Amino acid sequence: MAAAMPLALLVLLLLGRRGWCLAEPPRDSLREELVITPLPSGDVAATFQFRTRWDSELQREGVSHYRLFPKALGQLISKYSLRELHLSFTQGFWRTRYWGPPFLQAPSDTDHYFLRYAVLPREVVCTENLTPWKKLLPCSSKAGLSVLLKADRLFHTSYHSQAVHIRPVCRNARCTSISWELRQTLSVVFDAFITGQGKKDWSLFRMFSRTLTEPCPLASESRVYVDITNYNQDNETLEVNPPPTTTYQDVILGTRKIYAIYDLLDTAMINNSRNLNIQLKWKRPPENEAPPVPFLHAQRYVSGYGLQKGELSTLLYNTHPYRAFPVLLLDTVPWYLRLYVHTLTITSKGKENKPSYIHYQPAQDRLQPHLLEMLIQLPANSVTKVSIQFERALLKWTEYTPDPNHGFYVSPSVLSALVPSVVAAKPVDWEESPLFNSLFPVSDGSNYFVRLYTEPLLVNLPTPDFSMPYNVICLTCTVVAVCYGSFYNLLTRTFHIEEPRTGGLAKRLANLIRRARGVPPL
Amino acid sequence: VLSYVAGIAWFLALVFPPLTQRTYMSENAMGSTMVEEQFAGGDRARAFARDFAAHRKKSGALPVAWLERTMRSVGLEVYTQSFSRKLPFPDETHERYMVSGTNVYGILRAPRAASTESLVLTVPCGSDSTNSQAVGLLLALAAHFRGQIYWAKDIIFLVTEHDLLGTEAWLEAYHDVNVTGMQSSPLQGRAGAIQAALALELSSDVVTSLDVAVEGLNGQLPNLDLLNLFQTFCQKGGLLCTLQGKLQPQDWTSLDGPLQGLQTLLLMVLRQASGRPHGSHGLFLRYRVEALTLRGINSFRQYKYDLVAVGKALEGMFRKLNHLLERLHQSFFLYLLPALSRFVSIGLYMPAAGFLLLVLGLKALELWMQLHEAEVGVEEPGGAPGPSVPLPPSQGVGLASLVAPLLISQAMGLALYVLPVLGQHVATQHFPVAEAEAVVLTLLAIYAAGLALPHNTHRVVSTQAPDRGWMALKLVALIYLALQLGCIVLTNFSLGFLLATTMVPAAALAKPHGPRTLYAALLVLTSPAATLLGSLLLWRELQEAPLSLAEGWQLFLAALAQGVLEHHTYGALLFPLLSLGLYPCWLLFWNVLFWK
Repeated sequence: MAAAMPLALLVLLLLGRRGWCLAEPPRDSLREELVITPLPSGDVAATFQFRTRWDSELQREGVSHYRLFPKALGQLISKYSLRELHLSFTQGFWRTRYWGPPFLQAPSDTDHYFLRYAVLPREVVCTENLTPWKKLLPCSSKAGLSVLLKADRLFHTSYHSQAVHIRPVCRNARCTSISWELRQTLSVVFDAFITGQGKKDWSLFRMFSRTLTEPCPLASESRVYVDITNYNQDNETLEVNPPPTTTYQDVILGTRKIYAIYDLLDTAMINNSRNLNIQLKWKRPPENEAPPVPFLHAQRYVSGYGLQKGELSTLLYNTHPYRAFPVLLLDTVPWYLRLYVHTLTITSKGKENKPSYIHYQPAQDRLQPHLLEMLIQLPANSVTKVSIQFERALLKWTEYTPDPNHGFYVSPSVLSALVPSVVAAKPVDWEESPLFNSLFPVSDGSNYFVRLYTEPLLVNLPTPDFSMPYNVICLTCTVVAVCYGSFYNLLTRTFHIEEPRTGGLAKRLANLIRRARGVPPL
Repeated sequence: VLSYVAGIAWFLALVFPPLTQRTYMSENAMGSTMVEEQFAGGDRARAFARDFAAHRKKSGALPVAWLERTMRSVGLEVYTQSFSRKLPFPDETHERYMVSGTNVYGILRAPRAASTESLVLTVPCGSDSTNSQAVGLLLALAAHFRGQIYWAKDIIFLVTEHDLLGTEAWLEAYHDVNVTGMQSSPLQGRAGAIQAALALELSSDVVTSLDVAVEGLNGQLPNLDLLNLFQTFCQKGGLLCTLQGKLQPQDWTSLDGPLQGLQTLLLMVLRQASGRPHGSHGLFLRYRVEALTLRGINSFRQYKYDLVAVGKALEGMFRKLNHLLERLHQSFFLYLLPALSRFVSIGLYMPAAGFLLLVLGLKALELWMQLHEAEVGVEEPGGAPGPSVPLPPSQGVGLASLVAPLLISQAMGLALYVLPVLGQHVATQHFPVAEAEAVVLTLLAIYAAGLALPHNTHRVVSTQAPDRGWMALKLVALIYLALQLGCIVLTNFSLGFLLATTMVPAAALAKPHGPRTLYAALLVLTSPAATLLGSLLLWRELQEAPLSLAEGWQLFLAALAQGVLEHHTYGALLFPLLSLGLYPCWLLFWNVLFWK
């Protein structure tokens, strides 16, 4: 997931059950790979992927023996009849404009009957989230690619996102039986400016302060892919060391890419020097210019000032010179921003842009957020502005967070689009091709799928001053109200002198005694 | 009278120790933690400044391309914004009319943060090339900050052209609002909610002292904690820091310290009352962004600091602001400063204004009693006094007769507000004056024409009981004035207090009997325009640069033009307030004085 928020949780819970056939003997396999890509801005992205596949019907068979598949997750699947789970922890923000389209995306091809989606924009991710994640790996962090996962380096980056995806995959074309797939991904973006002192060269050691020493013995495949797209032109622009034995070509995100492959299971690779430290040097450093802009990027902000009203604006940029394409925009806005739906305006190139589909589910106070989903056609080479006004609600005083003046988070909106590609892509067989290919699902040859998350927003709500003066004001108001009430009562009431009907307490007491004695009362 | 004296005395007493408290840091996030400043890019800053000045001289405007390139080379995300604004009339002090320029800003993205919060360091560049040292320091600081990993908030480095106009254009575009009719291109890059901003102005690469400006648009002030933060780093770095250009008195026990404090306090009151943004930080305050302007002053003092010292202070402030968990909200927003380390809180200075307004209230009450007595006196021979007196018909007539003067004076105010700018072209066609002069002269003409008002209204007004007529009018005027001043005092204490000090005695005394010429002179002397002139003279006096009357007059004309211009360009409220609120009110008293 290319999550734009510190922590995203996506649970796809499918309650329906399908047909299944007799189980084959359980087989499981582990594939691991690392993809290193230079980003348009000069930073370096590293994406780890560990994929465990288990040909077992977890929900039907009483499975008790676990080999590669982590038992904790297996039990979760069988106990709660889980059909799919996507959980991602992200710290940082994928800057699409500078880094290009994000790598890790949630699967786009799920047919779901029941979907739960939740985002916690305020949570922080740190080492204590990484350690349990590493424990799910068969080789933990002892061997294979996972030796590179050293917490102090991974959290010394501009972007960090770790995720767990569990889903069933069909074992054959007719989908008569399924296997479970656990995919653990971790992607980090190293800031070239800080780690490389301005240079854009990198090596595994410099990035992770470790080198690769041995493959994980349990893995059936263990590879490192390095993006060397500019490499072919007479070895002029960059140099990788050690030189790759094989390369791999593919169309990724609409452009042709070339990858150098380092296979850790190839014994010659490690035996040469007891360790593998891949290095990349730029011979002709790329110019210090603004990086190329991707076809689709977005920006979201709160406009206006003051604590009464505001406006949520989302800018959608389509920088493609001649192709228009549709975008599905999904917004969840907390209930304490009261949206005025009649103020929803969508303009591109100064003209109103009518969305072809709108789904709006209003919020219920304290129960459910607003849900707004729109399908918008973005004209070629344009900026589309989607804006909606809101009013800031006053919360009950117990509903404020401990630090209310920090503001309240509004979770990012999600953009899904089919972006036209530059180069036509061929459909691929996912079991055979490298793992990272499945991160870029292709719908047909001329488009590729992109899911983007915009920035989370911080909105200030009208906040009482929870301090001593506030208490004093509350107290004085109460005192004034009480005084005012009694004064008002005194001033407006007219007093009449009335003959006392019953003569006070003494007389009543006397009457009681008289009644007890059987004498007529006074 | 007693109340008036008490009010003034209270105000003067504000500077003495029991009433001025020591400042203290309220925000825990900034108080307890220490930071170590490591900025050492003094040479780099000077080199940047030299390059910037050279490029600027060559192109004659802000060297946008050079700035973009340099900011990108230190590792920022760079964006530009172009803007243009046609002023309502030519600005003579800055020599500009059709203004167009470009702002350049670079964003340092905090690692592992999602751009929800940001801090701003801004350097306003005017038409002259005075602020290039500040640009150099900004770039060197950006380069230093970029190498650090502890940032939790994005930092925006903003260089604006045409000083405040550029800042205003950028702020409006950032918040996607249009308050002042500025045309500007939309911003490409944003960084969430701005938490705090610092503006930097340096005239040379060595400074003797750092002056801090707090007063913002319409007298808004930043949170006192931000000022405390500045003061902390002044002390830590051993910098000489001043407020209103005045040195800080050390000794508060003897009489000298408080007297010096009083000078600073008066200067602050005058500046705050003017409602102008004193530095580009003033425009941030509207968006609830706490902001300060730091000015490097280079005087003839022996000991000088270089850019490293200033840079270290800025680095420390930014690091502490970076620690902030919440917006600055703990300390005071309404305060007066007799010195950097001392403040007067709102609870202590409000009584001064309260006493002054009490005069109006008491006078109004007295008039009300007199009116009531007069009524009872009229009615008593005729009818029997009932327990509940219905409104006598004569009072209804009295109120109706008040409508005419009220309407006329309000119309005068409206004319004063609208006509000068609208009529500038007519004026330039018929008289040999420039547009700006035309505006000012029209202002004065309408203002003076207002004085002829009583003779005009007199024909309209016809009352049977002349004495009660003026009493009722004065009663209404007093209540009107008290209400207005009360509202102003709550939002901009300095302005309210200044106006109250001048207008209250004349307002209380004005009546059509007794020494009329004396009253008239008093009233003219305390009219809003005269107050402005007086304030200007006092301000220069306190700055130890006294003015002659002729210079004062020139400055007065310039101030009038500036006031009108600032209303149109930044949305300053002083001009509409005076022309629509206080001037008509004052006319009512004038009317009372010449009641026949």
